[in-house]
Order: sequence, then C-alpha cells, then structure tokens
Amino acid sequence: MAAPAVVVVGAGQAGVETAAALRGRGFTGRITLIGDEPPWAGYRPPLSKGYLAGAAPAEDMALRPASFFAERDIEIRVGDRATSVDPERRTVTLRSGLRVPYDRLVLATGSRPRQLPVPGASLGGVLTLRSRADADELRARLSDPPRRLVVVGAGFIGLEVAATARGLGHEVTVVDVQRRALARALTPVLSSRVVAEHRAHGVRVLLGREVTALHGDTEGQVQIMELDGGERIAADLAVIGVGVLPHTDLALTADLMVGDGIVVDERLRTSDPDIYALGDCARFPSPRAGRHLRIESVQNASDQAKCVAAGICDEPFAYTSVPWFWSEQYGLRMQLAGLTAGHDEVVTSGDVEGGRFSVFSFRAGRLIGVESVNRPADHGISRRLLASDTTLTPDEVRAPGFDLKKLPRTSPTERVAVRT
Amino acid sequence: MAKITYQHPNGTVTVVDVEAPNTVMRGAKLNNVDGIEAQCGGSAQCGTCHVYVDEASTVVLPEMDPVEDDVLYGTACERTEHSRLSCQLPVTEALDGLLVHLPEAQS
Ligand SMILES: Cc1cc2nc3c(=O)[nH]c(=O)nc-3n(C[C@H](O)[C@H](O)[C@H](O)COP(=O)(O)OP(=O)(O)OC[C@H]3O[C@@H](n4cnc5c(N)ncnc54)[C@H](O)[C@@H]3O)c2cc1C
Ligand code: FES
Repeated sequence: MAAPAVVVVGAGQAGVETAAALRGRGFTGRITLIGDEPPWAGYRPPLSKGYLAGAAPAEDMALRPASFFAERDIEIRVGDRATSVDPERRTVTLRSGLRVPYDRLVLATGSRPRQLPVPGASLGGVLTLRSRADADELRARLSDPPRRLVVVGAGFIGLEVAATARGLGHEVTVVDVQRRALARALTPVLSSRVVAEHRAHGVRVLLGREVTALHGDTEGQVQIMELDGGERIAADLAVIGVGVLPHTDLALTADLMVGDGIVVDERLRTSDPDIYALGDCARFPSPRAGRHLRIESVQNASDQAKCVAAGICDEPFAYTSVPWFWSEQYGLRMQLAGLTAGHDEVVTSGDVEGGRFSVFSFRAGRLIGVESVNRPADHGISRRLLASDTTLTPDEVRAPGFDLKKLPRTSPTERVAVRT
Repeated sequence: MAKITYQHPNGTVTVVDVEAPNTVMRGAKLNNVDGIEAQCGGSAQCGTCHVYVDEASTVVLPEMDPVEDDVLYGTACERTEHSRLSCQLPVTEALDGLLVHLPEAQS
C-alpha cells in the first residue's frame, strides 16, 4: 500500500515539527502543510523576552528556514487558512477555495489570546501578544517616550512583558484577580518570590483586584484602567495576558469531540481515528496529572509531534513526556519540570532570597514537579527523575547537604530506585 | 567563517560553512541538519542542542561556563567529557574544522 497523504493544518511549533518528524522517520508519502502564518515567524518564546526588548534578531523567530520545506519535499501553503473539514470525503477546504484530500489529517491550530470581557477592551492601545505582528506593534509603542503600561493578568506572558517593559524604563502596573501570581502554574513559594522580584524592580503588582473597565480618550486610545472599588490608573498602553483559547473551530466542522480543546487519546488521535490533534489546541489524557489537560509549551508541541509522526507511521507510541517550561524575568531563570498541581507537600532547597533555589512538590510522598530558579542542574536532573521510576522523598530533599548532582544518573529506561 | 562537520549516530556526516555570529547550534538549524532540537532557541535552558565534540579534535573551544555545565546534567543522552551545548559555541575562525557527533536523542 502506498504511504498515506498527510495534511497538517497550522504551520506553528506543532505543525512544523510534525512534518519534520515524519520525514525524519523516513515517511515517503505526500505532506502538505497549511498555515495562515509562515513558519519563519512562528517561534514565539522571544516575543515576550529578547525580541520585545530589541535584543533577539528576527531570524530567531524562524521555526525552520524556508529551504527546509523544499529540501524535505514538504508542500507548504502559507497565507491560506483551512475553513472546513469533510471527514466523509476526507478533504480540507481552504479559504482560497482549494480542496486538499487527505488520508491522515493533523490539526495543529494552536490557540489565541483570550479577550478581557470588560467595556473598553477594544480601545486602541489595548493589545494581546501572540504573533510576531503583535510583538512588533507592542515594540513600536514601547519605543521612545516612557509609557505607563498596565498589564492585565499575572501569568507568564503578562509578567514577562512587565519585566521586559520595566527593563526598557517604562512605568508598569500588573493587575490580577487571583490573590497570587501564576496561581495555576506555580507553587506559592515561587509565585511570591516572582512578585517580590517585580516589586523590587519597581513594578506595581496588584493582586486580588479586578479590572472593571478601560476608558479611552477622544481618539479612542486607552487612557484609564478602572479597578473594582473605582480606583483609576492612568495608562498609555494595556497588555492583556489572561490566558488563551484553543482554536477548535476547524475541529467542530468535522464533528470531532471538543471541550476546552480538541479531545484526543494517549496517541493523540481525535474521535475520528484518521485525524490527530496536538499542541496548544489538544486536550490529552495525562498519565501524570491523572486527567485530561492542555499544555501550552514548546516542549509539549515538539514532543507531541514525535508521537503523531510515529502514529501515522503505524509505530506504537504513547505521549508520556515530562512537561517542562522556562521563563526569564530580570535575572531570574525559572525552569519548571513536571506538574505541581495537587501537591500536598513542598520542600525548598537553596537560597530563595538570593534567587538560587528549587522547590520540590510531592503528592502522597511522590515527586510530581520541580521548580528551579537559577539552578539549571536541578532542573535537568529533575526532568530525568520524573521520567524514570526513581523515587526522591521529601526527607531526602530536607537532609543536610542534599545535592541532586550527587545522585547517580538515571535515564527513563532504567528502572532503579535511588536511596541514600 | 568556519567549516563544521556534524556526524549523525548512523555515521553519515553533513559538512556546512557557518558564518559568525552564529553558534554551532544555529549552523545546524540554518542548514537543515537534523538531530539538534534546540527547544529553548539557544538560551541555555533546555539541553536539547547537546553534541559530543570529536575526541581527536584539536580545535580549541571556549571554556565552559557554569550555566552550560549545569544544563548538561539534563541531557537525554549520557553526558561525557566531550559533551557541549552547541548553542553555547559561538562560531569563529578558530572553530574551522570542528567535528561534532550528534546524540541518539535530544529529548
Ligand atoms: C509571547 C509568547 C511567549 C511564549 N514563551 C514560551 C516559553 O518561554 N516557553 C515555552 O515553552 N512556550 C512559550 N510559549 C508558548 C508556545 O509558543 C506555544 O505553546 C506553542 O507555540 C504551541 O505550538 P502550536 O503549534 O500548538 O501553536 P502555534 O505555535 O500557535 O501554531 C498554530 C498555528 O496554526 C495557525 N492556524 C490556526 N488555525 C488555522 C487554520 N484554520 N488554517 C491555517 N492555519 C491555522 C495559527 O495561525 C498558528 O500559526 C509562548 C507563547 C507566546 C505567545
Ligand atoms: S538550545 Fe536550549 S540549551 Fe542550547
């Protein structure tokens, strides 16, 4: 039988890596990659960090150079958008009217920023950050005179933008309705340390406060942010970082199962076995979390791409990677391994004040996640520990002289228990 | 400019010319050399740009800084005394003729 024809929708991290991983496995069938954004503008991490600060060059945003696709015989259509899928006829229809047949379809459609549901959210100068174009606009508005920037949402993107803008000399206020920053992603130890760092750098961080409206000037540009209780804060610019919504519209046209993301199984197949979904848009069963979840990270998109490619090549593969993520704010290099939600015990090792420490999270005595600040070795070793069956107990972390570097090296395939 | 050779685990080699101010990691990316993932884009966070410098190499590499040393604890394949992060190796004339071996896996 001839190799199946694969159509990948979305030329971002997940889509490009899927096409690359297929060719990497020696897949010889036809691959068509459809994207409304070109892959040479698709690597996003620098957009809130170095690129926004003007330090990282635009070339750093390329997922792959243009030559990659021709060299690997990947047909690429950028600037077009898939508008519907017909699973009976197995075709994808594009905005241009083109119909592309597939044997296997891969949905790598990513996500978009959530809008703030308050009056004034569509005023000029109220921005979200997802694409290179968004970053260019924000960068242009942050060039030259000092601005009063308000950031709504103390998540990774909001806080990275705040740190970058503060570094450029702007006056920055961050507001979040949650009582602590990054409440979903981080343990309280790290979230309060991050907030302390922002405050030490002169950022005003208001937690447990709700933005009720944005008000504009006569030209429709944002001027005031209003909070619960009526407080008004002057703003020349507002960045909304209140989370993302997965792109599921296309999946709905194919009647796929959807619920906060396109629902997939452990091999990343949707409710139609010929259609896969991955990356920001996919909701997968996580053996680590014991439930379905969506993860928005480069690691997740890249590693899931390998799983989808293996699936299309009929090779067994289930998605069990250890999630990891990084963020950089001021001099703090934060790295997260595993998932900390649902922890019942945390043990901190190192110097929290000095900004060199790790926070180990346990559930029922079992290590589930590690947050490291300026401790890259702890992060790397933790990723391997979490991938193996090796145990690390809270008492081991608490023991005087504890040093992860002293543990014998483990790999995911070695099933050994390390005990001192 | 420097000529850099990347040797894949199956023995095949790719030789490319890399210009300053790129790194050995970026040289691979720009030339579509497989086997280097570089998930963090070169910011010394991920360890997925790990390479083994050829044992017989006489090319003098920059000293390893403590961050690179720490990140190398997290590589998917075993770290050896020849391990480096390719994103922390800036290309200069001095790197001309460098041979690096790519690991079996990066993540
Ligand atoms: C500012 C910013 C900073 C970040 N920093 C980090 C970080 O430091 N570390 C980290 O791990 N992660 C970071 N992330 C998250 C990471 O970038 C995402 O998780 C990752 O890009 C997800 O990949 P994806 O392919 O699922 O989605 P995307 O990369 O968004 O790609 C999806 C693509 O599909 C396109 N598309 C959607 N629908 C259609 C359609 N119908 N037809 C055609 N094309 C379509 C979209 O336009 C987009 O180009 C950051 C994200 C942002 C926005
Ligand atoms: S690219 Fe991530 S450590 Fe080199």
